[in-house]
Amino acid sequence: MKEKLIWTYRLFFPKKIKSNLSLKQRIKMNKSNYLLIAPYFTLFTLFTVIPVIASITLGFTYFNMLNIPKFIGLSNYVSVFLNDEVFLLAVKNTIVFAFITGPISYILCFLLAWFINDLPRFLRTVLTLVFYAPSLSGNLFMIWQFIFSDDQYGLVNSVLMTIGGMGIIQDPIKWFTDAKYIMITLIIVQLWLSLGAGFLALGAGFKTVDRSIYEAGVMDGVKNRFQELIYITVPSMKRQMLFAAVMQISSSFAVGNISIQLAGFPSTNYAGHTIMTHIYDYGSVRYDMGYACAISTILLLVMLLTNKLITTLLMERD
Amino acid sequence: MELAGKVKEKNFILYKLKKSWLNYKTSISRTKTLNRSIGGNIVVFLMLVILGGFMVMPLVYAVVSAFKPLDELFIFPPRFTVNNPTLKNFKLIGQLSGALWVPYSRYIFNSVFVSVVGTAGNVIVSSMAAYPLAKNDFPGKKLLFKLVTVSLLFSGGVLGLVQYIVISKLGMINTYWALLLPAMATPMGLFLMKQFMEGISTSLLEAARIDGMHEFGIYWRIVMPNVKPAWLTLIIFAFQGMWSMTGGNFIYKESLKMFPTALAQIQSGGIARAGVASAANLVMLIPPVVIFLLTQSSIMETMAHAGIKE
Repeated sequence: MKEKLIWTYRLFFPKKIKSNLSLKQRIKMNKSNYLLIAPYFTLFTLFTVIPVIASITLGFTYFNMLNIPKFIGLSNYVSVFLNDEVFLLAVKNTIVFAFITGPISYILCFLLAWFINDLPRFLRTVLTLVFYAPSLSGNLFMIWQFIFSDDQYGLVNSVLMTIGGMGIIQDPIKWFTDAKYIMITLIIVQLWLSLGAGFLALGAGFKTVDRSIYEAGVMDGVKNRFQELIYITVPSMKRQMLFAAVMQISSSFAVGNISIQLAGFPSTNYAGHTIMTHIYDYGSVRYDMGYACAISTILLLVMLLTNKLITTLLMERD
Repeated sequence: MELAGKVKEKNFILYKLKKSWLNYKTSISRTKTLNRSIGGNIVVFLMLVILGGFMVMPLVYAVVSAFKPLDELFIFPPRFTVNNPTLKNFKLIGQLSGALWVPYSRYIFNSVFVSVVGTAGNVIVSSMAAYPLAKNDFPGKKLLFKLVTVSLLFSGGVLGLVQYIVISKLGMINTYWALLLPAMATPMGLFLMKQFMEGISTSLLEAARIDGMHEFGIYWRIVMPNVKPAWLTLIIFAFQGMWSMTGGNFIYKESLKMFPTALAQIQSGGIARAGVASAANLVMLIPPVVIFLLTQSSIMETMAHAGIKE
């Protein structure tokens, strides 16, 4: 009887075998597992972990790529915030990108993924490809150079000049060189570029929701598609939404390349200057690596904290 | 007699039509019209046209300008249509790159080589690490995966500068290692593969283990065939990144440069090369689009697993 009881107990609560082994034995036992992950984590250490550590340490030094880095304490950080007016401008522009492009691009991804979800399969495939195409090719955004061209042959200028016979404007606007218009033009281009991995994740999320839940929803009094979206779809695809949010936020903080390519470097009055272009300026143009690393570290921390904040905020509502 | 036959036939056709109409109606009501009002459909359609138009307009303009002859590129006001479509711009790509110092087939070869090797490497290295992290238990597993998820939270571009220092210290400047190795261990690759592999049944792996299969054999012969959608997805993500890579920071030797670099040289001709530039961008778009279409259904399946959970 007693034996039988123990047996039943063990059936539900099996003895943990591993806890008897020492860490060393366990590592030895899992040799093949470590061999499998070795290539990835060697490369990951070399090109992600070491750069993060190096970026943090070099931020405290003066380093010009030729001499040995010289430790100068916090002075890089001090001059970034107190003496560098261009950096503050870059921060302002990056914040504008992050707080305007980030949310709008997220809404854009969400709405487009939602709209095309109801369409027949073929149309959905075509539209997914068309919306994702800007992310597929690295250089396709250069077409905006011709759309926002600063002479009257540019598409936008010509439309504005001919509308209603006389036109809203008399002279062509220099979209990428007039400091007044650089930011708005870059925001439009960035929005166009922003339907990336997040968009695909959201599209997949909409497809994973089980139809029977919708049918049950109708029984429970869900009346239209907006109620359906809020009460059924969104709670069921929280994980994909979180993934997409992280993707959109990271990419809107990292805007820099399109500014250099379209508005030139440096842009007029630094109007299109972002933290990324500031890093490029000090790292690749002036070779003040220590200073550039300090800025990289700041941007890294800002991205991490924002994403951490977003993930915990969205997770907690469960 | 003949008339009666005709009437019968007509009735039969009518009956068939009615039946199929009814079938159609019920199938619609079963699959589509759940909570869908006509008014709502119109609103959604209008918004799709507006937002979709914003997305599509530049693409259409790019395609149209690629087929425009030079005199049509500079009409005022510019048009969305082309009167005399020409392939001249596409031919010019060949001619202009033919005038470069290195034959342009060499640039194409370089880009194809780096993209294919880099993509294959990324898939293999990431999935090899993803399998133990998803299905096995070993000391340090949680910490390692945590590291990868944290690195997913920031964009890799921030590290570009320090990566350059690391790569130059490793003596990889002017070699393809500088482009290939960093691209092989992406956080995104490991993350996607791991999330998908968690769905494989553990008993399947146990059975293979009892049969005496080695861990590497299990990974290659059992896990990989079961996660085909995941690595097809990773192929498109990896390829689109590698294919548009210019390698400008790491490669200075002309004969090792990538195709996009050569195209950039053509495009630097300014506004007069607008047509050629558009044509070149279209040519660049073909390989990723083909891969995307081939892997499209897998992408949707994989991205459904891509959620972040604590």
